[in-house]
Amino acid sequence: MKPVISEHETTHPLSLARYIAGFVGCVVLTLAAYLLVTRSSWSAWAIVATLSVLAVVQFIVQMVLFLHVTEERGSHWKLATMWLMLGVVLILVGGSVWIMNNMNYRMTPEQMDNYLRSQDSL
Amino acid sequence: MSEASTTLDIHQIEARATEKTTFGFWVYLMTDCVLFAGLFATYVVLRGNTFGGPSGAELFKLPYVLIETMALLTSSFTCGMAMLAAQRRDRTQVLAWLAVTFLLGLTFLGMELSEFRNMVLEGNSWRRSGFLSGYFTLVGTHGLHITFGLIWMAVTSVFTIKKGLTESMRKRLTLLSLFWHFLDVIWIFIFTIVYLFGAKGI
Repeated sequence: MKPVISEHETTHPLSLARYIAGFVGCVVLTLAAYLLVTRSSWSAWAIVATLSVLAVVQFIVQMVLFLHVTEERGSHWKLATMWLMLGVVLILVGGSVWIMNNMNYRMTPEQMDNYLRSQDSL
Repeated sequence: MSEASTTLDIHQIEARATEKTTFGFWVYLMTDCVLFAGLFATYVVLRGNTFGGPSGAELFKLPYVLIETMALLTSSFTCGMAMLAAQRRDRTQVLAWLAVTFLLGLTFLGMELSEFRNMVLEGNSWRRSGFLSGYFTLVGTHGLHITFGLIWMAVTSVFTIKKGLTESMRKRLTLLSLFWHFLDVIWIFIFTIVYLFGAKGI
């Protein structure tokens, strides 16, 4: 008897080509980021920008090719929750970094360190 | 005729149920991302607070971390191969690919624990500085997820041997693969923000 394939799978079959493309892409992106840090003499700012782009590209590659975010039926809600998550993550991480950098600026780290060192409780 | 249409309906209903479960699990993964966001924020804020202790640039060995990263990335790929085998209803291949995935995951976890052990033995534990507290909490939480993923994978493999690739088993395999791919997605950012930025002292 021919195995019954559910509607879910017939409309969205997983494919070997996508997994291989995803894997090769991620290996290349990871090695590029690694070599950039170990071999290049770029300025800190250029390295931060390039590494961030490489990480975001790899995130998209894995989301699409490994986690199949865009293919499945009902992916509308999958995408909606993902955007909500990205929004919360951005506010949480971006907001924390912003606030704490501001505090560091107003209370210089050296002063804070000296103050903490003077307290025996630490 | 009427029998055929009934079986089709049942399969449609099963497919819908699987989709609902998968979506529910997806929502859990998204909330887990928010947990990691909190830990990332803590780490980034504390990364410069070494309190006289070593910084990331002094502690991290990038070639070692690259091997770890490749092991986890390859395990994510082999997990996908297991899912392809499940789609072909090939139980032997599912188990073979899951075994490869498990071993690669175990390699990753072993390397991470050995890295942690060396740091603690050198006196650089989570108690040393704010930077190291943030580091151990963030990377350790990811490692804990990997540990649970490995236990889940072992249990699922045993059930696959016992029950075969039933509809319910394939659903569980789908959720497991989502979880495993998700852990690799989190690692992209740990690799970039903690290790690569850290090694450059950024």
